[in-house]
Amino acid sequence: MRFRHTPYSGWRLLREALADQQGWTPAWEDRDPSNKYDIVIIGGGGHGLATAYYLARSHGIENVAVLEKGWIGGGNTGRNTTIIRSNYFHPQSAALYDLSVSLYESLSKELNYNIMFSQRGMMEIAHDQPELEAMARAANAMRINGVDIEVIDREEALRREPLLDPSPRSRWPICGALLQRRAGTARHDAVAWGYARAAASRGVHIIQGCEVLGFRQDHRRVIAVQTNRGEVRAERFGLAVAGNSSVLAGLAGFELPLQSYTLQAMVSEPVKPCLNMVSLSTSTGSYISQSDKGELVMGGNLDRSPSYAQRGGFRITQSVIAPLLEMFPCFSTLKLMRQWGGTIDASPDNSPIIGPAPLDGLYLNCGWGTGGFKAIPAGGTMLAHLLATGRHHPLSEPFDYRRFARGELVDEGHAGVAH
Amino acid sequence: MQILPCPYCGPRSDAEFHYVGDADKPRPSRDCSDEQWVQYLLMRRNARGAARELWVHRSGCGRWLVLVRDTVNHEVQAAEPMNR
Ligand SMILES: Cc1cc2nc3c(=O)[nH]c(=O)nc-3n(C[C@H](O)[C@H](O)[C@H](O)COP(=O)(O)OP(=O)(O)OC[C@H]3O[C@@H](n4cnc5c(N)ncnc54)[C@H](O)[C@@H]3O)c2cc1C
Ligand SMILES: [Zn+2]
Repeated sequence: MRFRHTPYSGWRLLREALADQQGWTPAWEDRDPSNKYDIVIIGGGGHGLATAYYLARSHGIENVAVLEKGWIGGGNTGRNTTIIRSNYFHPQSAALYDLSVSLYESLSKELNYNIMFSQRGMMEIAHDQPELEAMARAANAMRINGVDIEVIDREEALRREPLLDPSPRSRWPICGALLQRRAGTARHDAVAWGYARAAASRGVHIIQGCEVLGFRQDHRRVIAVQTNRGEVRAERFGLAVAGNSSVLAGLAGFELPLQSYTLQAMVSEPVKPCLNMVSLSTSTGSYISQSDKGELVMGGNLDRSPSYAQRGGFRITQSVIAPLLEMFPCFSTLKLMRQWGGTIDASPDNSPIIGPAPLDGLYLNCGWGTGGFKAIPAGGTMLAHLLATGRHHPLSEPFDYRRFARGELVDEGHAGVAH
Repeated sequence: MQILPCPYCGPRSDAEFHYVGDADKPRPSRDCSDEQWVQYLLMRRNARGAARELWVHRSGCGRWLVLVRDTVNHEVQAAEPMNR
């Protein structure tokens, strides 16, 4: 049986306002697992939920379940700083991330759910002339790949973000910036919930509190997963568990070239609108934007030891904030309100792993590391294509795990920006 | 911030240490296949919980060591000299 949700519209808002808000129905329904599906997706983050949606919408496969050990969006998707951009260096990455930004542009309408995608633009700030020249080179490569990007000078950077310290004697002076106007931020919970709601309305089962604990195999083919709520069989399985990918791969009997680390983020107390866009300091990796609630959202480098703790240490918190306060001295009077961490899956070339696993019937979507929120619509499209057809989408081909043995890495590490 | 033990220097700040990879990973022979080389170079156990990890006391004595460490609560059970 399908779950029907209330369509959202201005008219509906008005009607509910006049009717005491009594007519709303839940956005999606939490289900118990059946014992057999066509396709089972492990992990109810953005990538898993988007995969389920595109399976139903683009491939007509609706007998699908998403198994989530906690609650949907409770992993990295609900912990991330929501930067969406596509200024990657290599053509393979540019194609994938640019598709994602394009899908984000129409996602609110497509899902009938306001994901609050705000294309406020992003500046990657250069602090000295050599850095600016390296940026110009990167910008040329990106433009050849068809990504809209421009190099702006110091005056324009200061004009776009007037709270930046203009002093040339600052510890991190503003020398110029790489500007992507189409970049921006979106509401992370809304992306998870929007996909969940649209998938559930097409018949997908979303099952929370369901942890995959093992795989049942027959001649190196995965035929079922064991969970805390019983065994669930399917024809094909998708794995989209970010920082826990190695754990699940270990249960299935193979290794991945991934290492899990904590990435932290933090917010200040809320203030009135004062930042126009997302600003990132290229040398330090720290970045800042303002949420719709008014908090300043900050992030930066990884904690340095491998970890599944989902919480970061003070040293990195401090090293993220210090350069931002040099660049925006007026923020030094604000209080830090919250700080948290997520477990990200770092890959050797800072590019994702998408494609068949070393076992039949199992397909991977992982290795997004510190930057996979922006890729959710594209990652879901790729994994859905793999699960529906058993073959790569042309855009996911370069991201197969076998690229490592072939030496065909898609090395995005040198670009320096990873969020 | 955490104090990590170095088998040579004793307890030191974690800022002096650098993580390298899985401990006890045998280096394959020079005529190994591409798959074997990738297995050695890039594949990781990436254990959740108890792990044996290779570290280097980079800004200290500069020597390599094995930490027996829990990757969920970060507790260190033992620090050993690297055995190769
Ligand atoms: C602090 C921080 C800031 C970030 N900032 C940005 C940013 O600005 N821009 C950007 O593009 N990206 C950013 N990222 C990265 C981005 O959040 C991730 O790449 C992306 O959310 C990954 O989505 P996912 O669906 O693959 O994983 P997740 O959202 O982590 O979902 C995986 C799900 O799998 C579940 N799971 C795990 N094990 C099991 C199991 N055994 N059984 C069942 N379910 C299981 C988990 O509970 C989890 O809900 C950031 C990440 C962090 C931590
Ligand atoms: Zn030492």
